[in-house]
Amino acid sequence: MFGFGILSGLLILPLVGAAFILTLRGDSEAARSNARWAALATTIATFLLSLVAWARFDTATASFQLVESHAWLTETIRFKLGVDGFSMPLILLTTFLMPFCILASWESIGHRVKEYFVAFLVLETTMIGVFCALDLVLFYLFFEAGLIPMFLIIGIWGGKRRIYASFKFFLYTLLGSVLMLLAIMAMYWQAGTTDIPTLLAFKFASNLQIWLWLAFFASFAVKMPMWPVHTWLPDAHVEAPTAGSVILAGVLLKMGGYGFIRVSLPMFPEASEYFAPLVFALSIIAIVYTSLVALMQEDIKKLIAYSSVAHMGFVTMGLFAMNEQGIQGAMFTMISHGLVSGALFLCVGVIYDRMHTREIKAYGGLVNRMPIYAVVFLILTMANVALPGTSGFIGEFLTLMGAFRSNTWVAFFASTGVILSAAYALWLYRRVVYGPLEKPALQGITDLNRREIITFAPLILLIIYYGVQPGPILDAFAAPTEALLNNVQAALATVKTAAVAAH
Amino acid sequence: MYHAIVFLPLVGFLIAGLFGRVLGARPSEIVTTALLFVAAVLSWVSFIQVGFGDGATRVQVAQWMSVGDLQVDWAFRIDTLTAMMLVVVNTVSALVHLYSIGYMHEDPHRPRFFAYLSLFTFAMLMLVTADNLVQMFFGWEGVGLASYLLIGFWYQKDSANAAAIKAFIVNRVGDFGFLLGIFTIFVLFGGVTFDSIFPRVAEFANARFTFLGIEWHALTIACLLLFMGAMGKSAQFLLHTWLPDAMEGPTPVSALIHAATMVTAGVFMVARLSPVFEYAPAALTVVTVIGGITAFFAATVGLVQNDIKRVIAYSTCSQLGYMFVGLGVGAYGAGVFHLFTHAFFKALLFLGAGSVIHAMHHEQDMRHMGALRRYIPFTMAMMLIGNLALTGFPFTAGYYSKDAIIEAAYAAHSSAGSFAFLATVIAALMTSFYSWRLFFLTFEGTARWGHGHHGHAAHAPHDHEGVEHDERSRDVEPAHHAQHEHGHHGDHTPHESPLVMLLPLVVLAIGALVAGAVFHNAFIGEGYAAFWKGALFTRPENHILEEMHHLPGWVPLLPSIMMALGLALAYYMYIVDAKQPARLAADHPILYRFLLNKWYFDELYDAIFVRPAMAVGRFFWRTGDQRIIDGLGPDGISARVLDVTRGVVRVQTGYVYHYAFAMLIGVAALVTFYLFRGAH
Repeated sequence: MFGFGILSGLLILPLVGAAFILTLRGDSEAARSNARWAALATTIATFLLSLVAWARFDTATASFQLVESHAWLTETIRFKLGVDGFSMPLILLTTFLMPFCILASWESIGHRVKEYFVAFLVLETTMIGVFCALDLVLFYLFFEAGLIPMFLIIGIWGGKRRIYASFKFFLYTLLGSVLMLLAIMAMYWQAGTTDIPTLLAFKFASNLQIWLWLAFFASFAVKMPMWPVHTWLPDAHVEAPTAGSVILAGVLLKMGGYGFIRVSLPMFPEASEYFAPLVFALSIIAIVYTSLVALMQEDIKKLIAYSSVAHMGFVTMGLFAMNEQGIQGAMFTMISHGLVSGALFLCVGVIYDRMHTREIKAYGGLVNRMPIYAVVFLILTMANVALPGTSGFIGEFLTLMGAFRSNTWVAFFASTGVILSAAYALWLYRRVVYGPLEKPALQGITDLNRREIITFAPLILLIIYYGVQPGPILDAFAAPTEALLNNVQAALATVKTAAVAAH
Repeated sequence: MYHAIVFLPLVGFLIAGLFGRVLGARPSEIVTTALLFVAAVLSWVSFIQVGFGDGATRVQVAQWMSVGDLQVDWAFRIDTLTAMMLVVVNTVSALVHLYSIGYMHEDPHRPRFFAYLSLFTFAMLMLVTADNLVQMFFGWEGVGLASYLLIGFWYQKDSANAAAIKAFIVNRVGDFGFLLGIFTIFVLFGGVTFDSIFPRVAEFANARFTFLGIEWHALTIACLLLFMGAMGKSAQFLLHTWLPDAMEGPTPVSALIHAATMVTAGVFMVARLSPVFEYAPAALTVVTVIGGITAFFAATVGLVQNDIKRVIAYSTCSQLGYMFVGLGVGAYGAGVFHLFTHAFFKALLFLGAGSVIHAMHHEQDMRHMGALRRYIPFTMAMMLIGNLALTGFPFTAGYYSKDAIIEAAYAAHSSAGSFAFLATVIAALMTSFYSWRLFFLTFEGTARWGHGHHGHAAHAPHDHEGVEHDERSRDVEPAHHAQHEHGHHGDHTPHESPLVMLLPLVVLAIGALVAGAVFHNAFIGEGYAAFWKGALFTRPENHILEEMHHLPGWVPLLPSIMMALGLALAYYMYIVDAKQPARLAADHPILYRFLLNKWYFDELYDAIFVRPAMAVGRFFWRTGDQRIIDGLGPDGISARVLDVTRGVVRVQTGYVYHYAFAMLIGVAALVTFYLFRGAH
């Protein structure tokens, strides 16, 4: 209808829900309840629609599918949408996590309820937009627009230092983006278009690639976040409400990795190879350094935030290893980390809602009164330390293998993360869950209620299912990975022959 | 059938784990135990089919992952080695399940306990049936998880939690090597399934591989990295520290995981990869040396421990060293044979110790035992059999397997072999000594219990080795923990354990007595080739099994002499002249403390790994992140922005002529800029 396809539907649906919530009048309990149910219904409908898209998606081909193109700013800058094997799973991850975020906010958000859900629904649109945009300007627009609702979510519904955290988040990500905008303009002047499929085939001059790569890197590295521009993340996580943390760790961080695989690697292959050692070095530092920092954290959320940085180190390492295992492993890590860290933040939210503190010291011995919670937390902890049989293992194993093929030093240092992650995660678990229940404040704490069990069950089932049967996701990555690697190899080969001819 | 063997324990785990609280404790126990017994019977069937028939096969279960040229399946590789491990794992596990019904009968968390036991068994079965390295790694880490959960089963005890974490992390250090080893193998062979590796090893006999900037003999570095994993799992020297602490777990767990099955996974791995190790002689030398050191080192520590379980734990550690010596000198059959017999008699010893502990109401300190022979004669008889088998009394299980390893070490005629021979012979003496010391302290002498004053026991007349114990050192802690566990002990008379606990002992005792005599022909004798059918690979130039038959006459006698000597020494020191140990310890306080504190490895690791890691973590956080990155980054910039703003505020005076002046300067600057630009 009207020439709009299923991807436009995915973008519009959350906005419709948001508009509906805005029409609700008053701030009565009834209005709030309506807002909640409307948000939940919207996100579930969006998820179902994305499943339809998934059903129509063909994993055998590397080309863009479900493409739709509409006139927009000019003839060359168009409103063009489409998905391939890299972006489709990320869209599913986004739409899948959203209902959990709404559920997690059910009782914990007490003021400005309508505005909160509107912000979340707008955020969902922008996130889906990033993953299905096929025009760089559109990509940039969604990439940046997502900042605003997140900024508001942290700044309005956050914790004590929310203003500091929200500005830090905003400034960091914005600074990186400015350079990206400049790079997009430069690319437009060179190639005469911002159409991503066209740009993927366009060959940029080698020296220009270097600058363009750096400009995009500034933006993606902040989003990722890579060391040393990671310090906004722990603060943002700590101050954000639970659902904000879930979406931040689950989806927003993935935009950086997605940017690398959509723009940096295929469009600037020479620069990517040139800078691969830099990325490796930063990834290793991220893995070792932030794991050690995580070990010493006193705040549960901060600890998980630092562990996220370490996991993202595996992603960047895998992507720039430039082989099948590395790239598919990195993409898989992003999906897996979205599920695991999202669920972990939900886990923290459970006890935060009850005790209103995230201090590790305030807890201890929870297993005595919360046995189901202890099981849930244990499974998630094991997924976080990449125990085989959970989805975390597949990603970590493949990225390490990819890195090993590319450079044994990188794999060697990154593998120490295997030891360190076990140390910080199990130590956290011991301090929070095990031991005798002695703190007076904890004596009345209650186990998971039904809503919470319903929230966790699908996440845990998926984490284990994908650990045993990762095929459905890995297969989606296979075709585009092969195409990407072929293109990169071809590009590098021509450069080498040109260099040989010049001599 | 193999699906049933492997997945029945998983079914048991899911039933007891998910519905244990609904079902109640007794049904959970019955379900898991019954399923394990079915699996055990099927394992014996398959063992006979495969070992003495022709049943080796491969069972495809499902695909796991397929990425580029990496293909990993969920599949079972069934050959004699696997079938033998199935028997060991499922038999001991079934008996331990049964035993635990009695041992844990007071514990409120029995469904959880049995679920964990079954989970462990499932993971262990996945490990031994693996047809590729990645599935083996799955089982490898899975047993690590189960071990973590079971060591920390009594989660209220701080020491149990600490021991659980320690076990997991030290194992992860080994797994770090294992992972890198898998990658090396994959890069060399282009695959991780054994079928794609073993037939092609000879092609890579002289291949080189650059790892960390050094060019290595490819198979050597691969084997060394994989062996690092084996060292962690099998608690070999340097990565052994977790095993004694693991005794914090309930005793049936110690018998199953930390004696019979999981800790032998490293031995299994090297045996499974024998086609690769055979082409990496340097790696085999390392295996031999590490095994020899462990056999010796752990035995020295075992000499002075007072906790009954810790003595057996160090004994396990030492025996694992023997197994690696066997593998390292190329006598894979001997190493695996010792694994097989050791499972019986060490599980027997642990379960027997559990029976003693049960009788003593969770007292584990041998200084508070003594004269138990009269109260628990049946347990004593079982422990006696275990001791005979462990020390290698003629015609018991250990006599065949342990002596074979010592002979193989001699027959290797290499410097590493000679070293290992010396180490294992001395360790055999010490093994005999500490085993009989344990026996005499527990069952003979005078009763040092029943006063309810454990705190003063150190001054009791018959307290041996009268050196004051360091309050911080772990060896005195179990006396305190016993109170946490079940809270009652004191003036009860020790009592024999229920039938459900004694029955498993009987079965294991039969194994400990006859397993060696029955199977030695197949494992290391003339039936070798027909039995293993190539599951253990030896190169044509490896003649060690033949050379073991052509030794000087004193070599086969030596282990038995050592056994007798150790027995005599223990008898003299603990029965004839019971003051002797205390005098000896007082005369050599430094040596005694060195041994008592386990060569100070815990303190050493704490100082060079744990504390620095924490200090560095804190430094990175406080100084790196907060002071440098944030200080120079966002916080610093915002502070500078504020400074500048303050300056700007000062400039904004409100006087028109100030602004006009500023504009003039701006115009002048612009004009100058354009002039210069135009000039170029």
